[in-house]
Order: sequence, then structure tokens, then C-alpha cells
Amino acid sequence: MALLEVEDISVTFARRGQRAVHAVDGVSFSVDAGEVVGLVGESGCGKSVTSLAIMGLLPKQPGLRVGGKAVFDGTDLLQLDDRSRRDIRGRDIAMIFQDPLSSLNPVIPIGLQVTEVLTRHRGMKGDVAAKEAAALLDRVGIPDPKRRLKEYPHQLSGGMRQRALIAMAVACQPRLLIADEPTTALDVTIQAQILELLKDLVRDSGTALVMITHDLGVVAGMCETINVLYGGRVVETARRRPLFREPRHPYTVGLLGSVPRLDAGRGERLNPIPGSVRDLLPWQEGCAFAPRCTRRVDACVGEPPELVLAHDGRSYRCVNPAPLPGLARAADAPVPAKSEPAATADGTGQAAEAGTDVPAAGKPASGPVPAPREEEKP
Amino acid sequence: MFRFIVRRLLQLIPTLFGLSILLFIWLRRLPGGPETAILGERGTPEMRAAIRHNLGLDEPVLVQYGRFVRRMIRLDLGTSISTKREVTTEFLQRFPGTVELTITAMVIAIGIGIPLGYLAARRRGRLLDHMSVGGSLIGICIPVFFLAYILKAIFSENLGWFPSSGRQDPTLGATRITNFFVLDGLMTREWDAAADALWHLILPGIALASIPLAIIVRITRASVLEVLNEDFVRTAEAKGLTENVVRRRHVLRNSLLPVVTSIGLLTGGLLSGAVLTETVFAFSGIGAFVAEAISQRDYPVLMGFIMIIAVVYVLVNLIVDLSYSLIDPRVRVR
Repeated sequence: MALLEVEDISVTFARRGQRAVHAVDGVSFSVDAGEVVGLVGESGCGKSVTSLAIMGLLPKQPGLRVGGKAVFDGTDLLQLDDRSRRDIRGRDIAMIFQDPLSSLNPVIPIGLQVTEVLTRHRGMKGDVAAKEAAALLDRVGIPDPKRRLKEYPHQLSGGMRQRALIAMAVACQPRLLIADEPTTALDVTIQAQILELLKDLVRDSGTALVMITHDLGVVAGMCETINVLYGGRVVETARRRPLFREPRHPYTVGLLGSVPRLDAGRGERLNPIPGSVRDLLPWQEGCAFAPRCTRRVDACVGEPPELVLAHDGRSYRCVNPAPLPGLARAADAPVPAKSEPAATADGTGQAAEAGTDVPAAGKPASGPVPAPREEEKP
Repeated sequence: MFRFIVRRLLQLIPTLFGLSILLFIWLRRLPGGPETAILGERGTPEMRAAIRHNLGLDEPVLVQYGRFVRRMIRLDLGTSISTKREVTTEFLQRFPGTVELTITAMVIAIGIGIPLGYLAARRRGRLLDHMSVGGSLIGICIPVFFLAYILKAIFSENLGWFPSSGRQDPTLGATRITNFFVLDGLMTREWDAAADALWHLILPGIALASIPLAIIVRITRASVLEVLNEDFVRTAEAKGLTENVVRRRHVLRNSLLPVVTSIGLLTGGLLSGAVLTETVFAFSGIGAFVAEAISQRDYPVLMGFIMIIAVVYVLVNLIVDLSYSLIDPRVRVR
């Protein structure tokens, strides 16, 4: 049985006089014990909101509606009362956030910020807690931990801060760790170190990890199973290799195609996905990605595409998926969309290309390939 | 820390110097002079000139200023023209009253303002929030002297719960040591005197607290709302900390930073005297005395009091800055 089974989670922000925003619109995925799962997508696709909803950390505000189920080890987290949720948070499920500086309390020494978790969930106090905190800092690779415990967040470097946050998250040996873009705010060399650290921690402790990221390099280096999100829904789920080798959903194809590559020829341009996340079709009216899709066909609009289950557990939500590279035949070519046949043909070409090339791009975890940057936070 | 304090105190010297020059010029340009106040309408020019000569006011302004500065350096503020007593004595007698009143007002304002502002933020958009925001608007709008009159009329004249004037019941014959009546009562174990002095402070304290209270409620509320959205509060929640710990350790402490600054400014303002409140309650603090000194053109009292108030103001702000650095490690002073 899966450790975490997320079923059809939806998050709606309703405002009086305005149209309700479906930030998350039926996301389902599962995480097995000890597994590393990726949630990938661009800004605003609902990946962070999903994780916050699971943790019960969405800011309480009128008009917020959370639906669906998030079953963790037999209990539905969304049905729990505040108190039992607090018992689980930090002890069984921990979370690491994007910006380590703003995620740490500026007026409290690092030491207390670590020991408060130990006090809360493991009943440690005083010297015992301080000792354990020092051991935790040491474990996440912070040199001279005793001195660091007395320091404040502004006295630490960005990488050290993220390490400290990780120490707080793993303090109670949680069974599930959710990392929400843990490396986005860090520079590239530090990114690699932090990912390495997370990988080690997860391997040594058997903690399951949900990695939320927009960075395909991160995904390729870490995740065993990957869920690609678009417009608040999972559009494709696959194991790492098949996903990179033969992406089926045109959005996944586009994501892979837009990663800059070192072996690209000089002057070769990136292939960004046209349009932006704002060009969104509500899922009720068809595929949300349709307005930006290069493989759009008439069937895309009208009703939401069904989830197609393919072999070895992969699934995608598309009526006209990218062809498997080995099977690419003329007959398989998509029916060109009415307006821009040229673009469509172009897109298909890219798709096939990206599909075959990807394993190479998958190698560097967050190596020298600069990852596409997120322009805006959701 | 020590160097910071010394530096701030040294900065006081040019500040006081500049202030004394401005004061000197302004005061001398006020129409009339002490001789008019003393003699009224009937004085002959000769009598006026004689008084001016006695007070040294017929000398050139520069000479007068030089004499003032020489005395200042010896910490001698001169003698009041109207009461004929030393300005320092007058000050030491009256300032404790103002300090007691200020402390009372600030204790009320802080004690109610911070919790109320915090609760309003937590219950944002609900009844308590609307009531405290609306109430603070009223608090700012009502003129303090008006509130003072109403409080006096209701609670002392009609209901008789509180004394209507003065700092203490003179029939108690309380011993004076520091002129802080509450403190004196505690030091001499004259408990009834201390309690009576405290009782006299309540109504003027409430009247004076109205504006600081309103400001503190608003600043606390805004600050808490901002901090509640901070990432580190989310981190604290993600750790599963109890609501109590999240509130106290993570939300409240960070929200207090801007509140502390405004408390300092408000306290400094109150210490410079509350003329109207003191007048309504016949409370002998510096406010009413300074107002009287202005109409009497009592130059030594005005110069002396204003200079001392300036020093007090700077000291209060120094204390605020120091306490700020205690709360926020990022502004630790060197």
C-alpha cells in the first residue's frame, strides 16, 4: 500500500463578485514508502498549493475550499482536526520550503528553531535537545554546529540556511518529506550540494520524498516517479526513464524541449512553449493545455480528456499524445489544427527529437545546465 | 553597545546647542516680555525698563545668550521670573508628576493595545476586528481634553469613584522623597498614600492613553497581519508546533518590532507634558506649568524645561533603540 495516496485533491479560492479560481483541480498521485516522487510543472500549475493543502498549511481565508482525499498511512489528512494534524506535521510529514531566508524566523537563534521541533515531538529539553540539535546540524553538513546553534539566520549563508531547514525537517525522522522547490533560491553549485544532501538523507533513512520543482534537471537526478502538472491537474505520470525517453503528453514534450542544452549548436534557439500558463482553458471545457498545444485537435475542446493508462503504470491525460519515437509513423501524425499548420508540424518534429535526446539531458542533477528560472511564484 | 550609547549622548551636545539658539531667538521675538506680565497694563515705561534691567533683558541678545550658555555648562538653569524659585527645583518638583502620568497612560495603552491589536488581526474581518478598528478611529478623533472632561464628569463628579483633581489627597500628609508620589508611598511604607496617588492617576491616565492606545492597536494589528503571512510562520506551522508556541514565539515577537518604535515616540511625546489633561484634573505636572510660563514670558523656565525635555526625549529614544536591538538580532548595535 502506498504511504501517501492523494486522490482528486482540489483547491478553490472563491471571492465575492469574482470567478472562483481552481488552483488545484483534481490532482491524484501516490507515494510509496521510501520512494522519491517528483511534482513538476511551471509556475502557477498548482504544485505548491497541492503540497500545502496536504499539509493543511494553506492560509485560512474565507472562500478557500479544499476537496478530495490525502490518505497518509491509513488516515485522511484532510479530515483531521487541527490538533491531530499538528501532531503529524513535523513528526511524520515534514516540509522544506523554497526561500531559506524568509522561511527562518529572523529574531530567534537557529538552535531554538531546531530544538523546538525536538521538544514538541520527541519531548527533548535543555542539554539533551541542544546536543541532538548539534548532531542534526552536523548530519546535514553544517560545520561547527555548536557555534551555529547560537547564531541567527542572517549570519548564515544561503546554503547553510537551507541545510538548517533540512535539519529541522528531518529532526523527527519523518516518513515523508515534502520539498517545495528547495533549491530555487540557491546558486547552482549550492543547489547540487543540497540535492546531494537530500538524496543521501532519503537513502539512509528510508524517508519518502516528494520533490516539487520546475527544474527538470532536479527531477532527472532524483526522482523515481514523476508527475507532470498543468493547470491544476496531473497530465502525465511515469517512471523517470520512460518519461524522459518517450514523453507522451505534449506539455511534457514541450517542457523537455525547452531545457537549454550544452551540446546545442551555437546560435540555436531554445524552444519555449508558446503562450503562458494564463492562457488556460478550464478543465471542464476541455484540455487546459489546448490553447498552447502544438498537437491540438478538435477533440481537445469540448470535454476534459480522460486519463489514459498505458503500459508499466504510466498514464497521461491527452487525446492526441506524442507518438512513441520507435513507432512514429506518418499515419500517427496528428491532424493539423486549423489555424497554424506550420507551427503544428514544427512542434511534432521537436517532440520526436526531444524524446530521443533526453537521456543525455537527464544526467546532470543540476549540473552546469542552467535551469529555466521561475518568473513568478504562485 | 557602550560605544553606541556614548556616541548617541555626544550627538546630544550639538542638538542641544542648536535647540538653545532657536529657542532663544523665538522667545525673544514673542511680543511683550516678563515686565508686561508682571505689571499688567498699568506699568509706566520707567517701571518696565527697571524690571528689564534687573532681569538683564536690556543687554544685547548675544550677551544674554552667552550668559545662558555659561550657566548651562554649570548645569545652572537660573531662576523663574514668576515664582522666584530655581528652575531646576521647579522641574524636579513637577516632572515626577508628568512621568507618573505618562507611565500610567502607556501602561494602559500598551496593556490593552497590544493584545487588542493582536486579537483583531487574528479575527480579521470579524466583529472584534471591526470594533477595535472603529474604536481606535474614535480614540484618535476625540480631543483629549474633551474625553478628560467627560471622564471627570461621569466617574468622579457623578459616580464619585475617582478623585477629580490633584495628585494626592493633601490631608494624608504623605512624606515626600522623590516627588514620585506612588514611589514615595512605597518607599516610606505609607501604603494609603501610594494607593491614593495611584487612584488620582487613573482618570487622567485613561484620558491621556486614548491616542497612544488607538495608535498601538492599529500598528499591532497591521504588523501581526503582515507577520502572519511570513514564510517563517508557515515553517513553524509545518513543524507541528502548538498554536500557542507559534503565536508567542514566532508571530508576536516579530510583530512587536514596529510597535516598539512607536511606543518610544509616543512616550517621548507624553513626557513633554499634557497641558490640557493636566489642566482639567488640576494635576501638577510640567504641561500646565510650561503653558503658564509661556503666557508669563518666563524665559528661564521655558528655556530650562524645553532643554530638559529635549534631553529626556533623546534618552527615551535611545532606550527604544537599545530595546529594539534586544528584540531583533539583525540590528544589534556596536
